[in-house]
Amino acid sequence: MSWEVVIGLEVHLQLATESKIFSGSSTRFGAEPNTQASAVDLAMPGMLPVLNEQAVRYAVLFGLGIGAEIGQRSVFDRKNYFYPDLPKGYQISQFEQPIVGRGSFAVTLADGSTKTIGITRAHLEEDAGKSLHDAIPNASGIDLNRAGTPLLEIVSEPDIRSAEEAVAYLKTLHTLVTYLGISDGDMSQGSMRCDINLSLRKPGSTEFGTRTEIKNVNSFRFVERAIASEIERQSDILEEGGVIIQETRLYDAERDETRSMRSKEVANDYRYFPDPDLLPVELSDAYIAEIASTLPELPDAKKARFQAEYGLGEYDASALCDSQALAQFFELTTSRAKDPKLAANWILTDLLGQLNASGVKLQDAPIQPEQLGHLIERIKDNTLSSKMAKQVFEALWQGEAQGNVDQIIEARGLKQVSDSGALEALINEVVANNPEQVAQYQAADDGKRKKLIGFFVGQIMKASKGQANPQLVNQLLNKTLG
Amino acid sequence: MMDMQSIKQLSDALSKKQISSVELTRHFLSSIETHNDQLKAFISVDEDRAIAQATQADKTLSKGNARALTGIPIAHKDLFCTEGLATTCGSKMLANFVPPYDATVVQKLDEVGAVTLGKTNLDEFAMGSSNENSYFGAVRNPWDTNCVPGGSSGGSAAAVAAGLCVAATGTDTGGSIRQPAAFCGITGIKPTYGRVSRLGMIAYASSLDQGGAMARSAEDCAFLLEAMSGFDAADSTSSDRAVEPYSEQLNHDIKGLRIGLPRQYFSADLDAKVRELLHNALHELERLGAVLVDIELKQAELAIPVYYIIAPAEASTNLSRYDGVRYGYRCEAPADLHDLYTRSRSEAFGEEVKKRILVGTYALSSGYYDAYYGQAQKARRLIAEDFQQAFKQVDLIAGPTAPGPAFALGSKTSDPVAMYLEDIYTLAVNLAGLPGLSMPAGFYDHRPIGLQLIGNHFDESRLLAAAHQYQTQTDWHTRKAPVFAGGAL
Repeated sequence: MSWEVVIGLEVHLQLATESKIFSGSSTRFGAEPNTQASAVDLAMPGMLPVLNEQAVRYAVLFGLGIGAEIGQRSVFDRKNYFYPDLPKGYQISQFEQPIVGRGSFAVTLADGSTKTIGITRAHLEEDAGKSLHDAIPNASGIDLNRAGTPLLEIVSEPDIRSAEEAVAYLKTLHTLVTYLGISDGDMSQGSMRCDINLSLRKPGSTEFGTRTEIKNVNSFRFVERAIASEIERQSDILEEGGVIIQETRLYDAERDETRSMRSKEVANDYRYFPDPDLLPVELSDAYIAEIASTLPELPDAKKARFQAEYGLGEYDASALCDSQALAQFFELTTSRAKDPKLAANWILTDLLGQLNASGVKLQDAPIQPEQLGHLIERIKDNTLSSKMAKQVFEALWQGEAQGNVDQIIEARGLKQVSDSGALEALINEVVANNPEQVAQYQAADDGKRKKLIGFFVGQIMKASKGQANPQLVNQLLNKTLG
Repeated sequence: MMDMQSIKQLSDALSKKQISSVELTRHFLSSIETHNDQLKAFISVDEDRAIAQATQADKTLSKGNARALTGIPIAHKDLFCTEGLATTCGSKMLANFVPPYDATVVQKLDEVGAVTLGKTNLDEFAMGSSNENSYFGAVRNPWDTNCVPGGSSGGSAAAVAAGLCVAATGTDTGGSIRQPAAFCGITGIKPTYGRVSRLGMIAYASSLDQGGAMARSAEDCAFLLEAMSGFDAADSTSSDRAVEPYSEQLNHDIKGLRIGLPRQYFSADLDAKVRELLHNALHELERLGAVLVDIELKQAELAIPVYYIIAPAEASTNLSRYDGVRYGYRCEAPADLHDLYTRSRSEAFGEEVKKRILVGTYALSSGYYDAYYGQAQKARRLIAEDFQQAFKQVDLIAGPTAPGPAFALGSKTSDPVAMYLEDIYTLAVNLAGLPGLSMPAGFYDHRPIGLQLIGNHFDESRLLAAAHQYQTQTDWHTRKAPVFAGGAL
């Protein structure tokens, strides 16, 4: 029997604020334990939270970015539970009145189709610290550096129907939040963590099946695998006539399976109530409008513009708009090179190829738009053949001549010969030295001629030490050989 | 005989070098030494700190740029955090807690040169109306040492009444400044919610807690309150409204001031003797030009049930941070995490605190939230609206501070309802966020009775002026308790 998969995702997005959501401590990743934990973060007696306005701005920016309702009055609540990494004994979150209400965005699937995924809500909350179980022999330590880091919890509707859609949703979300500049989206540092709510039902059914929640999955790949293994587990149970237990599960990447947390925490009654230490957040229309005026061009709009303005195909436009930095790289390159298609090709194949192979990040690449634009210019003015251009690209990547394209061309003697007089002399020489091939060529029909002409081109390129302009050589040869 | 002098007189004497702050401070330190064993008004006294501050104050005084409180010895309720000085909150949980920071209130009073003698006793985590719930022992009332001083700021009230300090800070969540002020024959003011920063003030019920001033007279309270008040960016609920110069507005005319007498506060249930004393006081105010108006506070009876849901609910989560993990009491050899939590909290919290945590946890529980906390919030709004209706007719509202005078120690400890009824006249003021003041208005046998005045939001100045002008005509606030430091300086 086949089952319909129903998935809703909760993404905990770490916002890129300098300081924590309710204290002035730094949010920098990787500091020594507890060096970024103030009296507020430690929940010392008498300490009070003060809301970081930047976190509010980022949340509103996200809401505007997905066309969601903005909660003009949102309220912080206390979510009460005891845990050593939760110093106050409660987490400050938003329960009944979140800052971002309903919205949606479209995701593009592998077959090119798009699907709109609904967003139920997004709310602000503080992160917990973490327990360190290996730091101290025979004891557990607590690191509160992360406690109080601002998170935006983005809750999707149960609109997702497969692992592929889930990953597409997360990638689109990742692109969106990095465009908005509200998060670095760095999953390896926990900036984007995902809880997966998953259930199965008979196709055509309108009722939802019992769901499980897989907590804290932190890479696209693990999301895909966790979903696959949970679908398999649930369908095995259902096939055998069993029932799914509503519970929280964890994905074990090493065993590629989910397993029940069986934690007491699951049964918690969080006793949410409005935090009396914080006032409700009231946002005026003017404030929201001011934030809206800072909205950058978003991925979909940029993609459409790239197609219209630069004449790029859907695929290229989409690939370039995958990241704001890459799109900007393209626009800067094009503004110099004046050839969008060539620029797109070089960026999407050569540059991305090098970046992927080397693991270097775009902003750190030795080839920047200035260099690539210059290189393309030299292709367009016939200084370089595309083969030579690859050599210059390679040289640029190695940092030769401080990235000066013309100096590399000069130093390597890579100038393409496009002078027809000089080329004609070479052609005449090759033709004179190979009467047999000339006769063969002249006796052949058009189909064969196309193959035979390669011999002459090769000879001429060899004689010119690779510098002859191959297009020009072809033209001239056609004329000479008749 | 400087021990009965007002802040103004002492400040004058300090400026004129008739006495130094160090001398004044030593006098109070020695008075504490003499009487604290009996009264238990102070939990800790820091002589070195006090003398150092007094020495500094004397320097400031000699430079001639002193403020009203420069060199004046005061005390802080022991739930205001003091950097380097133990802040216990009257609890075993924090018996050894030494904060690495000062509460904003402490910082502000330090800045104007007040001298901190020590920290005063209180009901554990400010939960109580008799000061019998302190881990450090019950405070005695200087007027009758068999009686309680009131609570939770009982230590501050007793210390002022016994002449162990000139003035003291207090906090008031449901009457904790006003009721002990009434019991100890002194003046106490709880300002509007948001007037005084709560930063560094250990929380009981955050939406109700408010710091305030306790001193012999309204005039002294005015000096203390104006120094304590003001916006604090570190407290989101603090008001950015400018602080009025209370001490300069004490003589603002009260002719025509309309004082409302809620029928519900002067009902037949009110003790006849208390009623008589209050009427006398009100007639004195009338003689000064005030106009007495009968009014209704229809929702008055909601105050106790609403308070005893909201305050414990907030307390139950405010006190979650005391878990034995980072600071405070930790049980011996915990077997596991659960054991660490349960034993640390069970062993270190007193009975009243545990009771309120349980009640509050219950009130917030899923399935009960709407019936308790949700309903209480609605009723709270009704109470606030009730006062706003009243303030359309009157400028101030008057009533008893407490149902009667100080009661005997132990007489109500086994009857929580009787104990909770102690706060029947004070709770609504906190629920509505209003300023309230209690001033001495006579004696019930040998024990003081307080008259409570309630103002509209940010009307502290009017409250203090009314009380001050009453005190220019009466001497209740200058009477000496039987246990009194006394002695010439």
